[in-house]
Amino acid sequence: MAEVRLEGITRRYGDVTALDNVTMTIPDGAFVVLLGPTGAGKTTTLRMVSGLDAPDAGEVFIGGASMNALTPAQRNVAMVFQQYSLYPHLTVRENLAFPLKSPQLKTPPDRIVAKVHSVAEVLQITHKLDNKATALSGGEMQRVSIGRALVRDPSVYLMDEPLSSLDAKLRADLRIELKSIQSDSGATLLYVTHDQIEAMTMATHVGVLDEGKLVQMGSPREIYEDPVSIYAAGRLGQPRINILPADIFGHAPDGAKSIGLRPEHIVQGDGIDSTVTRVERLGDQTRLHLRLHNHDIITVTDAHTSLSAGDTVAIAPRNPHFFDASGARMKT
Amino acid sequence: MAQIRIENVRKDFGAFTAVQSSTFTIEDGEFFMLLGPSGCGKTTTLRMMAGLELPTSGDIYIDGEEVSQKRASERDIAFVFQMFALYPHMNVGKNISYPLLSQGVPKAEVTRRVNEVARILGIQDILKKPVGGLSGGDRQRVALGRAIVREPKAFFMDEPLGALDAEFREHMAEELRALHDRMGATTVYVTHDQLEAMQMGDKIVVMNHGVVEQFGVPQEIYDWPATTFVANFLGSPPMNFLTFDGAMSSGAQSIPLGDAEIPIPQQRDGHRGKLVLGVRPEHVSLNDGSALRGDVIATEYLGTTQIVTIRTDFGNVKARVDAARPIKTGTNTGLTLDARTLTVFNAETGDALLSSANEGVLSHG
Repeated sequence: MAEVRLEGITRRYGDVTALDNVTMTIPDGAFVVLLGPTGAGKTTTLRMVSGLDAPDAGEVFIGGASMNALTPAQRNVAMVFQQYSLYPHLTVRENLAFPLKSPQLKTPPDRIVAKVHSVAEVLQITHKLDNKATALSGGEMQRVSIGRALVRDPSVYLMDEPLSSLDAKLRADLRIELKSIQSDSGATLLYVTHDQIEAMTMATHVGVLDEGKLVQMGSPREIYEDPVSIYAAGRLGQPRINILPADIFGHAPDGAKSIGLRPEHIVQGDGIDSTVTRVERLGDQTRLHLRLHNHDIITVTDAHTSLSAGDTVAIAPRNPHFFDASGARMKT
Repeated sequence: MAQIRIENVRKDFGAFTAVQSSTFTIEDGEFFMLLGPSGCGKTTTLRMMAGLELPTSGDIYIDGEEVSQKRASERDIAFVFQMFALYPHMNVGKNISYPLLSQGVPKAEVTRRVNEVARILGIQDILKKPVGGLSGGDRQRVALGRAIVREPKAFFMDEPLGALDAEFREHMAEELRALHDRMGATTVYVTHDQLEAMQMGDKIVVMNHGVVEQFGVPQEIYDWPATTFVANFLGSPPMNFLTFDGAMSSGAQSIPLGDAEIPIPQQRDGHRGKLVLGVRPEHVSLNDGSALRGDVIATEYLGTTQIVTIRTDFGNVKARVDAARPIKTGTNTGLTLDARTLTVFNAETGDALLSSANEGVLSHG
């Protein structure tokens, strides 16, 4: 495995700047998740590392060596896409062995057998090894396509929303599996997703992209607890962070335009009166929708709260973040 | 607006039984969710209420009138599909007014009602626009407008948000629910998304393999599931199941799990054989004093909370605990289960055994 470094990468498609001078380091053995809405540059970043696309400016290094002149095959990276593309006429075993049979690798046959077996075991598909790829469920097919990346020993794994086409249950299982495969093997992994749960639960580092710029990189906890901007704060957290006028609860620091409060950072029973507009019971917790001076606020409360719409609740901020007019976090 | 009553409704497609003898009542003005995995019979049930399928047997009452063999057009209901089909050659206003014009409603009345609906949906300013250039959300609003404008007795919606992306879906779900609260119309809504059902529904029917597993208020179903299927379908992560062999006498207030004696709500009936103890992740706490033990095999950070997966002799258990607490994988830990919240199931049938805690919920439905 190897460290991956991007230095000043810029990529334009016509008038659109997909990546704007992105510099980032993916440490050896890290699980880096790129997060951002459609068009933020997540997939373009993956394509730069894989060599499927070339930057207009900047350089990609894998294990310290410049990759710019190398083809995808020469870079020794393994990719997993959202749409698993298996060879339908081959069995699971043959699909898994296929990457090792590449003439570039010249893997000895007994080594192929051993490798396929160990990967199948990790992914719990040993009993399906002799099935045709088409005789598998969606989740099994995606596991095989992840397995096809794992049989190799690439410098880095690149994954583009590999779990997004699976149902919720399987996604939850595979999240844990992927995370433990990565931490056990010490693989370097660069992963793209829309799903903040995947980012929070699996990543050692999250890179937040906004219109082609890397705006923050840090552990999920750093991004959640110490965001650099309103944008970064809004990427993690469900329900989303409440953004309100800075002085809504009274005094605000000079230059603050907005106050940011995570739903759990609103204390009930003290402070300013707000009106409950809706009580949303989710089972394990209940969300309160509140109205305060014409602003909507969402907070969470006990699952069995007796509050109902129309009630009045006093609320006060706890651990607020303040943001200036540009949306940047003010350090207080 | 209307009450809808389903009595012993059954639907066979050849040898396949899509719905077996369903019975439940949707009260006037309720937002009612039909929830279940694909193939469970929820859409077939909705289509029978709407008149798009005829039941093999059983009765359907809308406002007291038996309608099971009537055509859809005679039932005075409006159907909103997942793929909202708008007339592409008409503007927004024409799309909304079309159902009224085809019924021969006078022009002045049509204009009044279209304006009223546009106001409710907040789409007054796009009435003259062609539907072609609209965003997904506005298209959805126009489709709703076309349903609302007829002032039907009930709205039937089949996964109307299924095609939208996660963020926008959350937003539309709130909007739909707020719209319902303003209009108070009976709404029957089909979904496979448990969170959507919990969030939006006044009542939920959970279906599986054509059978109604449970019917009731979302929080009650979540707290006191009638079957392991319901316990597993609701919640993310779902209820944990600890499987064990044992005997429980009537009146039991604890059960033995290995070396641990776990307090449970007082049982009404005894049972001997394979049992399952069900506990929600938020009711498991890590406590080194407990005799119920396991190894932490994974932690998942979620911001305020984290999900900790623990391997025990009775199966894996997920606990939802404070994210501020440092927990390392590989460590051995004790588990405490909140006694007031536990349900014991018969492992063979999957049915919950009655206790002092769940009898109030389970005996009425």
